Amino acid sequence: MSSNKKKITIKAFRFNAETDYLPYYKKYEMEVGKDELILDLLNRIKWEHDGTFSYRRSCRHGICGACGIKVNGKAVLSCKQNAMELIELFGDELVFEPQSQKRAIKDMIIDKGDFWDKHAAVKPYLVADVDPHPTSENIMTKEQVANILDADYCIQCGSCHYACPVIEVNEDYLGPAALAAAYRFTADSRDNAGKERLEITAELGSGVWDCVKCFECAEACPKEVNPIEKITKLHNMQFEQGVAKRNVATKHAEGFVRSIKKFGYLDEQDIVLYSEGLGVIKHLSEALKMIKAGKVHPFDIMKKKMPRSKNLDEIKKLIEISQKNEL
Amino acid sequence: MSQLKYALYTGCTARESTPELLSSTMAVANKLGIELVLLDEASCCGASHLQDFDDFLALVLNARNICYAEKLGLDMVTICNTCQLNTAMTKERLDSDPELKAKVNEKLAEVGLEYKGTSRVRHFQYVLIEDYGLDNIREKVQVPLSHFNIAPFYGCHNIRPSELHHEVNGGENPYVPTSLDNLIEALEGNSVDYESKNKCCGFHVDLQAPKTSNALSGTALLDAIDNNADLMVTPCPLCQLNMDLKQDSAGKQLGRDIELPVLHLPQMIALALGCTAEEIGLKYNVTKATDLI
Repeated sequence: MSSNKKKITIKAFRFNAETDYLPYYKKYEMEVGKDELILDLLNRIKWEHDGTFSYRRSCRHGICGACGIKVNGKAVLSCKQNAMELIELFGDELVFEPQSQKRAIKDMIIDKGDFWDKHAAVKPYLVADVDPHPTSENIMTKEQVANILDADYCIQCGSCHYACPVIEVNEDYLGPAALAAAYRFTADSRDNAGKERLEITAELGSGVWDCVKCFECAEACPKEVNPIEKITKLHNMQFEQGVAKRNVATKHAEGFVRSIKKFGYLDEQDIVLYSEGLGVIKHLSEALKMIKAGKVHPFDIMKKKMPRSKNLDEIKKLIEISQKNEL
Repeated sequence: MSQLKYALYTGCTARESTPELLSSTMAVANKLGIELVLLDEASCCGASHLQDFDDFLALVLNARNICYAEKLGLDMVTICNTCQLNTAMTKERLDSDPELKAKVNEKLAEVGLEYKGTSRVRHFQYVLIEDYGLDNIREKVQVPLSHFNIAPFYGCHNIRPSELHHEVNGGENPYVPTSLDNLIEALEGNSVDYESKNKCCGFHVDLQAPKTSNALSGTALLDAIDNNADLMVTPCPLCQLNMDLKQDSAGKQLGRDIELPVLHLPQMIALALGCTAEEIGLKYNVTKATDLI
């Protein structure tokens, strides 16, 4: 490129909850330099175009978590995100929106109350009896630190929380940030509230079992916390530490082993029966549709239609020597 | 073009509740002269649920599956986004962590196998686009899909996390994916632009949180319908199952009638390439799709 500057249009979400009935979008044209951040562009809208334009900002160092917004649907931390990178990704019209439109108070500013309530609900702090007169430091090994290091990078910016589709449809769900924080403290070798926290995350409706595994959180996080990876670790810890109760979700996870041992493949019919127990009745109308389309075979008691992996003995042996967890 | 040849990892669904996925995949490969060697030794990928129960066991089983592609000296091709995710994630973790790889290989050695990391793991969608090429596909079209508005539904596990997939999905932008749209256009169909195309269908919580699942799948289906889609197409059989099978319950929950045929990606291609009705297998679709031929 001959020039390091690019002329772009910013379409910004505008809304004042006190005076506006509906939000609207306003366009701003500007020339953007290669080193400018999204925060610079927010500042320029306010300083050069409209002094009433509102957004949160504070540290300018990617650590306070205040300036998260969405650009063309992508969660970004304004003070960390280079503008030209997004222009390359999305073209020369950038759409600035708050993290959650339905929580908008003014322009980019949202009410993050649900985020903080959920964060607080997982006891996001170290629970330990601390000797008021310690004689030595509480030293952690490198491995102990490595277990929690990336989870500890979280700055509570809300990027993952408001990128999570479950947050939008299930108001009880704790969400990726709170769950990653739960992992952060549960996996801390100095903490004593692990089981209590794991029990919170094991609740159906609000805990880890309601994650849809869409990886929006991993994609959204500006600090590479990778929340869904921490959610998977919490799932495993529930089994490792005997917190997992037998329910439809835990049986569904464990039931895979039962199928794979027998066939190598997942027995799709059996996993539903096994996980649901008597609750399987609620799948009746869908089961009938599948039978009608020839997709399932309810009378195949001998499982003659089930595929079987070649060298199934290898699979059985590997399960025998590799399985660590039980339900 | 030299003969394209891959090791096909079918996953479970294509061998059970979506036989139409396997038959249409084989038919498309056959029409295009792509050789697919079935990995009959492979096991289930764990679908992210086994990973929740016992992560290490899932790694070992997925590594074993890749071993069989390596033995053939071929890249592994998947036809399910979730298989793609779990297999590619296993590969990435083992390739970047020698200690973990050694632990997994210690187990695999017990059955005479070794994971080396020599086979790439790729989804059929991107193999078609990158190796075979859209222009070549365009030349093979016998039944142009020009009379259809087709809504592409990308499915999470082919596009996110983008860092994992970028090397094998042509650097697809998870916020503005285009590959399926381009493929639809290559078959002379009209691709529908709608917001939900890169969203989640909710399949993975269908048992424990059907309301979440219905809300997500229903919203995406209605979004496609409201943008004049005649049908939806997806490269993921789990998305396909959830969105094809649960239209009544999703519609009930959202207070609107939903009726939209949802095709597997290879079914759509097979339609355009003039494959037989038996191969395309539209009779296996729950929401009526047989009159698309």
